[in-house]
Amino acid sequence: MRKLYVMGIESTAHTFGCGIVSSNGEILSNLRSEYIPSSGGIHPREASQHHASKASTTIKQSLNEAALRLNELDAVAISLGPGLGPCLRTGATVARAIALMIKKPLIPVNHCVAHIEIGRLTTKEDDPLVAYVSGGNTIVSAYSDGRYRVFGETLDIALGNCLDAFARSLGLGHPGVPKLEALAERGKNFIPLPYVVKGQDVSYSGLLTMATRKIPESNPSDLSMSLLEVAYGMLAEVVERALAHTEKPSLLLTGGVARSPRLQRILKAVCDEHSARFHVVPPDLAGDNGAMIAWTGYLAFKEGISVPVESSYIRQRWRLDEVEVPWRR
Amino acid sequence: MEKMTLIKKGAEAELYRITWMGRDSVLKRRIKKVYRNPDLDLYIRTTRTSLEAKLLSEARRLGVPTPIVYSIDLKNTEIIMSFIPGVPLKKIIPNMERKTLHETFSLVGSLVGRLHKGGIVHGDLTTSNMILKDGVLFLIDFGLGDHTFDLEARGVDIHLMRRALESSHHEVSKWAYDGFISGYEKIMGDEIKDILRRVNEIRRRGRYVEGGR
Repeated sequence: MRKLYVMGIESTAHTFGCGIVSSNGEILSNLRSEYIPSSGGIHPREASQHHASKASTTIKQSLNEAALRLNELDAVAISLGPGLGPCLRTGATVARAIALMIKKPLIPVNHCVAHIEIGRLTTKEDDPLVAYVSGGNTIVSAYSDGRYRVFGETLDIALGNCLDAFARSLGLGHPGVPKLEALAERGKNFIPLPYVVKGQDVSYSGLLTMATRKIPESNPSDLSMSLLEVAYGMLAEVVERALAHTEKPSLLLTGGVARSPRLQRILKAVCDEHSARFHVVPPDLAGDNGAMIAWTGYLAFKEGISVPVESSYIRQRWRLDEVEVPWRR
Repeated sequence: MEKMTLIKKGAEAELYRITWMGRDSVLKRRIKKVYRNPDLDLYIRTTRTSLEAKLLSEARRLGVPTPIVYSIDLKNTEIIMSFIPGVPLKKIIPNMERKTLHETFSLVGSLVGRLHKGGIVHGDLTTSNMILKDGVLFLIDFGLGDHTFDLEARGVDIHLMRRALESSHHEVSKWAYDGFISGYEKIMGDEIKDILRRVNEIRRRGRYVEGGR
């Protein structure tokens, strides 16, 4: 059978990404352009303007690197959600235009499913428990009966959001998490902060508020160390509970915060205690990217899933556990 | 304490079947986590052990069947309590008929209602923490519970129950949840309106739920 080529476009938040994969799981290119706010957190309109201005060069470079022309593609996959409306619309407009131009199917992809599928592809782990942690999501999930079920998640803000916001309050700048971890290395004294685990869920908003409030009176290294200990400790606890509950043979850590060495060490220790294998998605595929959309798009395309351009609406709040994943059946 | 048989190694604690003062008992030991900061680890284990022992006894006084607490050792973060020779609800749900399922969860709902009326939230309502023995339903594992009449805490309790049903028993979750709510309503009466409104609010507050904020 002839090899198929799928392009994936990602634009749910900071990153405009374009990646191309082939049907045998090769990542032929994976280009990214990231919007970095001049101050504060992400501004959806500014981010979408960034995406609009970078889309064309990112896509061209992605095609060049893959040594393909547009009309050699078999499908165009688009991350339709969840994410920020203006950002999603920009990516969707671009993807629709390409699909119409080359007269190939448009494949709808859920961003969260893509983070899981790229992890499964690169770690060769068939049925792991998944910890998906990023600036916008904190989800503990496992596959069961046609869908990725959510076993635990954040009740409010995401882990990456909590850490980034705190890093900004300390004036650490971008990217927040590595700088925060470097600072925390020198921390010695643990400062008590709210540790909030509710059932299988976590809550990070109270932790962020309290840690931020303590900045003026605390040693920054001690405070950073304590924040990371509590934030990662909470995640480790719900991951451990889900491992014990689902009895999956392995854990896959994916999403932007998966790059954290400290978090990796902690979750590795959790896995050791339960004789589970531990895998992390490769660093260049941890954050938002087009290749993961392309690969998940291919999996869906193979199952005959596509969406007519005129009804390819974005879905800002498209939950992971709403998506049917027939390729896992 | 002569013989200790490990009956379960959970995420948080090890459970041993022991004979304590001639009684068939369970020793629950919260184990040290190497991946956690030692100060934080000790704090979590101690507070949860102490809280769990208190809540188990108080729940019983509210008419909610729980194991009887025989002894508590805060230094070693251990509780000794009566052994319940039943089956976890999680294991028997797949074989339940819809009618039985509805009745059983109506019972669960009324027990949770009694807790809430009495100023306790459980904090971890999953079907692994419910044990059925001769038609009597026992609630266990109160380590994440709290003393509170707070609407938010009650709402989270119900939200967690619903989510646990959706993730572990998705094929029957609607029936089970309907049963739960009918039993809960019997105890809570009119108060249930505010609580259910809060449950929906909590659900929408979560990342990405259709329907908007």
